[in-house]
Amino acid sequence: MNSALIIIFFVALVALYLGIRATRGKEMNVNEFAVGNKGFGTLFVFLLIAGEVYTTFTFLGGSGWAYSKGAAAYYVPSYICLAYVLSYWIVPKIWRFSNKHQVISQPQYFMKNYNSKALGVVVAFIGLIALIPYIVIQLKGLGIIVSEASYGTISPLMASTIGAIIVTIYVTISGIHGSAWNAVLKDAMILFVIVFLGIYIPYHYFGGIKPLFEAIQTVRPEALTFASEGLSKSWFISTIVLNAFGFYLLPQSFTVVLSAKSERALKKNAITLPLYTILILFAFFIGFSAIIQVPGLQGADGDLSLLRLTMQTFDPWFVGIVGGAGLLTALVPVSVMVMSGAVGLMTGFYKLIKPNSSDRQQLTVAKLFVLFIILIAYVFSIIGGDALAILNIMSYGLITQLVPALIFGFFNTKFMNAYGAIAGIITGVSIVLFNSITSFKLVNMFPNIPSVINDINIGFVAIAVNIFIGVSVSLITYIFVARESSKVIEELVK
Amino acid sequence: MRKYSQLLLIIPFIGMCVLLPVANRIEPYILGLPFLLFWIVLWMILSSVILFIVYKLDPANKGSEV
Repeated sequence: MNSALIIIFFVALVALYLGIRATRGKEMNVNEFAVGNKGFGTLFVFLLIAGEVYTTFTFLGGSGWAYSKGAAAYYVPSYICLAYVLSYWIVPKIWRFSNKHQVISQPQYFMKNYNSKALGVVVAFIGLIALIPYIVIQLKGLGIIVSEASYGTISPLMASTIGAIIVTIYVTISGIHGSAWNAVLKDAMILFVIVFLGIYIPYHYFGGIKPLFEAIQTVRPEALTFASEGLSKSWFISTIVLNAFGFYLLPQSFTVVLSAKSERALKKNAITLPLYTILILFAFFIGFSAIIQVPGLQGADGDLSLLRLTMQTFDPWFVGIVGGAGLLTALVPVSVMVMSGAVGLMTGFYKLIKPNSSDRQQLTVAKLFVLFIILIAYVFSIIGGDALAILNIMSYGLITQLVPALIFGFFNTKFMNAYGAIAGIITGVSIVLFNSITSFKLVNMFPNIPSVINDINIGFVAIAVNIFIGVSVSLITYIFVARESSKVIEELVK
Repeated sequence: MRKYSQLLLIIPFIGMCVLLPVANRIEPYILGLPFLLFWIVLWMILSSVILFIVYKLDPANKGSEV
């Protein structure tokens, strides 16, 4: 057994211990399980939200995109930063409504805001199909990181299995508390690993950050600016705006908002999180370094650039620390995703069927949904092929279709009611699904449009149609209902 | 005036989206970073600064914790 493997196993055991210990001194009920009894202060909210950013993507995707797609990778810190800016305006409104109406999940929020159980079911379903690919990507990423860092001693499947078991155990025991305590350990480790690697590798191989980029400019200058077509400026701008609106609508981010104990905790986080996101740059430095030091990684293998360069540079014990940090970057986000998905299904479906169920029954059902979701994700992580990539691309496209209903919901206007919201969401989701399956682009419909317009993220088009349909249906039903109710009043007067 | 302080939140969107085409180049290098990457980092820092100013101006943040 090599030293890397010992360190990875040690980190896994510590994560399991922290996850189970987190429930100590707390009487577990649905509210405590789902949103920590709305008692998380600034620090825990910070760690849980930041936990959604520093996932296996930071390890694999961030450096991998810099390696294979160059400047297009900058979209990640950009959209996250704009999401925090937006959150200052959006998130306190969500928290205020949820606190007033005892909301513990995203479907329940929409259900109570529009007074429509049907809308709650639609939101629960969309949340689930947007979440599953995310969980699968994390489990697959975990498998790759642990397998590579253990020098192949543990297979990716074995690593994914161990990760799924650890998450299932501590989520069913501790709910969101287990995620919060592991987030502390995870952020400490990833902070050290990413910053150290991001500084050491450019200095070790190139003598500094600037010499690194000058070397890239010599061999692949197109990697340092946006392309004129495809992943172009208009793709970048439309994608970061779309994803910024979608960020807090992902069920796991929404759940963290609900778990905060005050608006102020959320606002303080909005201030500090853009600075914390700058750390993703260090993953980019590693990816850019790998362009020259580990050339020839094709396609999805680009995601291995960070690990390959680390193994080429350091002794096994340090690779073990990197592997341990990578393990945690999967466990924490997966646990929040699984938990928020399970509570969403419980409030979206089970409480509709059994509205008078006891707190204990609801908690048991939520835990059963935890098993259900992790099992589906685990199966997909084994058998998922290209379909998975399609699902992942459309996750954000799907979840952003809830944006119009969310924003109109703040103003309580006649321009958006439950009928309009459902019609708009279903239309928008259909466009996103059609685009994902057929790779439809605007140029297919309008052959002469310039690439500036053709490169616009299709989710943007879907949102525009979503709003048009939503407002139209809302106004028609509003007029229809007003007419019907005036008839009833006239008859009553007669 | 304080009532409209949240309008300042538009500024990071202008910096990262509207002004982005101006920044799409490699040189000059600033702080060792190619200009495009520096531009994005700059706006991430400015976003935090603007959010801090909005937080301080926001009348909702006066008084005790909710």
